[in-house]
Amino acid sequence: MIQITALEKRFGPRRVLCGLDARIEEGRVTALVGPNGAGKTTLIKCILGLTRPDAGDIVVDGRRLNGDPAYRRHIGYMPQYAAYPENLTVREVLALVRDLRGNPGGLDEDLPAGFGLGPEMDKPLRALSGGTRQKVSAVIAFLFRPRYLILDEPTAGLDPVASSVLKDKILKARDEDRTVILTSHIMSEVEELSDQLIFLLDGQVWFEGETAQIKQQTGEARLERALARILHEQRPLNGFSRHEQATPHLRGGGVSALPGGAAQIGSGEWR
Amino acid sequence: MTHTTAKIIKYELNDIVRSKWVVLYGLFFVVMTEGLLRFGGSDARALLSLVNVVLILIPLVGILFGTMYLYNAREFVMLLLTQPVDRRSLFAGLYGGVALPLALGYVAGVALPFALRGGAGASTGALTMLLLTGAWLTCIFVALAFVVALRSEDRVRGLGAAVLLWLLFTVVYDGGVLFFLSAFADYPLEKPVLALMLLNPVDLTRVALLMNFDISALMGYTGAAFEQFFGTAMGLVVALGSLTVWLLVPLWLGRRLFERKNF
Repeated sequence: MIQITALEKRFGPRRVLCGLDARIEEGRVTALVGPNGAGKTTLIKCILGLTRPDAGDIVVDGRRLNGDPAYRRHIGYMPQYAAYPENLTVREVLALVRDLRGNPGGLDEDLPAGFGLGPEMDKPLRALSGGTRQKVSAVIAFLFRPRYLILDEPTAGLDPVASSVLKDKILKARDEDRTVILTSHIMSEVEELSDQLIFLLDGQVWFEGETAQIKQQTGEARLERALARILHEQRPLNGFSRHEQATPHLRGGGVSALPGGAAQIGSGEWR
Repeated sequence: MTHTTAKIIKYELNDIVRSKWVVLYGLFFVVMTEGLLRFGGSDARALLSLVNVVLILIPLVGILFGTMYLYNAREFVMLLLTQPVDRRSLFAGLYGGVALPLALGYVAGVALPFALRGGAGASTGALTMLLLTGAWLTCIFVALAFVVALRSEDRVRGLGAAVLLWLLFTVVYDGGVLFFLSAFADYPLEKPVLALMLLNPVDLTRVALLMNFDISALMGYTGAAFEQFFGTAMGLVVALGSLTVWLLVPLWLGRRLFERKNF
C-alpha cells in the first residue's frame, strides 16, 4: 500500500501539489485523472523519488521514503515521455536495467512477445518511432514482475493492437494481485481498467473512490459525464473525499473559474 | 554501492567510446605530440610546447564535454533513477564515466609517441608530471562542468557559462593579474599574488609543471613569486594540495546539487 500525506511541491512560484492526501490500495488498479497540470505526473515522480517533495510523507509498504532506493526494486515505471540513451540498442537498454536490478523473480517476457519487438531489439533507440519507444517503456515496466506498476499515460501513442495487448497485461497484473497506478485522459480506458479513481485538481485530491460507484452515485451512465457533473456541481461526492471543505478557489470562484484555473496551469505541462 | 557505480561507468564508457569523440581527442594528442617531437627539436622543448597546449585545451575540452554530456545524459539519468539506484552512486558513475575516458585519452595520446621512441630519456620525470597534472586538470574541469550543468536547466545558458568559466581561468585571469600588478606596482605584491594564484587551477597546474621543468623564466609573475615564497619542494606540495581542493570542492558541490535535483 502507498500512503501519501500532506504532500507539498512547488516549482518556483507555482504550487503544484498543495497538501495532497491519497491512498493507493493493494491489488487494485488506481487511475489518477485530472486536467493537464493538475499534478498527476509530479505526484508519480514524487512516489518514484525523481522529484523531492517540499513537505509531506510518502509511505510505501510501511516505510517512509527517505532517499534509500531499495523500494524501487518493487516498482515498474512507464514514463509519459519515453526517453532513453540514444546510442544504446533496445537489447542493451534491457541488459542495463537487468544488470542493475538482477532478476530474482524471473523475467516477464509476455510484452516483448505480445508487441512483436523481436526485429527492433538490435536497433539503437534513436532509430525507433515514438510508439515503439512506448513499447520499450512498457516492457521495462513489466519485465521484473514488480509488485507496483506506475504507468503514466500508458496507451498514448500506441497503436490499437499494442494498446489492447498492454491493457490485457494490466488487467492480468491486477488479477495476480499486483498494484497498478495509471494516469490517462481517455475516460473509456479508465472505466475499462480501473477499480479505484483519484481525481486531482490544482494539486489536491478532489475525490477518490471506486470507479463503479461514482457512476452509480451521479446517476450517469458514462464516467466522463459523471466526472463533468461532479465538477459542475462543485462538490466532492459524499463518502468519496476526505477533503470535505472545498478549496477557497473552488468555493468562491463559481463554475467558470474551474476550467480557467485548470487551463492556466495546464499551459505549463512539466516533464 | 560502488558496485552500482562500476556498472554505470561500464555502460557510459561503452556509450562514449561509440560516439568516437574521445578517440578523436586522443588521436589529436598523438598527432600533436608526434609533430612536436619530430619538428620541435629535443624532447624537453617538445614537452614545453605541450605544456602550453595542455593548459589551454584540457580545460576547454573538459568543461565543454562534461557539460554537454550531462545534458545529454538526462534520459539515462532518469531511466536509472527509476531503478533501485541511489543518487550518490549514479553521480559517481556519471562523473567517472566522463572524466576517466577523457583523462585516459589524453594520457594515451601524449604517451604513445614517446613510448614508440623508447621513452622520454632525461625528461621522463617531466613527462610523467605532465601526464599526471593533465589528467588531474581534466578531472577538475569535468567536475566544474557538472556543477555548471546541474545549476542551469537551460543547456544553452549552461554551455555559455561553461565557455565563460574557461575564458575566465585561461585568458581573463592572466589579464586581470597583469592589470592588478601594474595598478599596484608600488606595493609589495608577493602575498596577494600568491592568494590570486590559488584561485586558479590552470595557473596552479602551470606552476606545478614548470617548477618541475626547472624553467622559472616561463612561469610568469605569479609562478616566480610562488617559487620564491615556498621554494621548489614546498611549492610543489602547496600547488598539488590546492589542486586537490580544486577537485574536491566542485565534486562535493556537484553531488549536493545532484542529490537535490528534481527530474
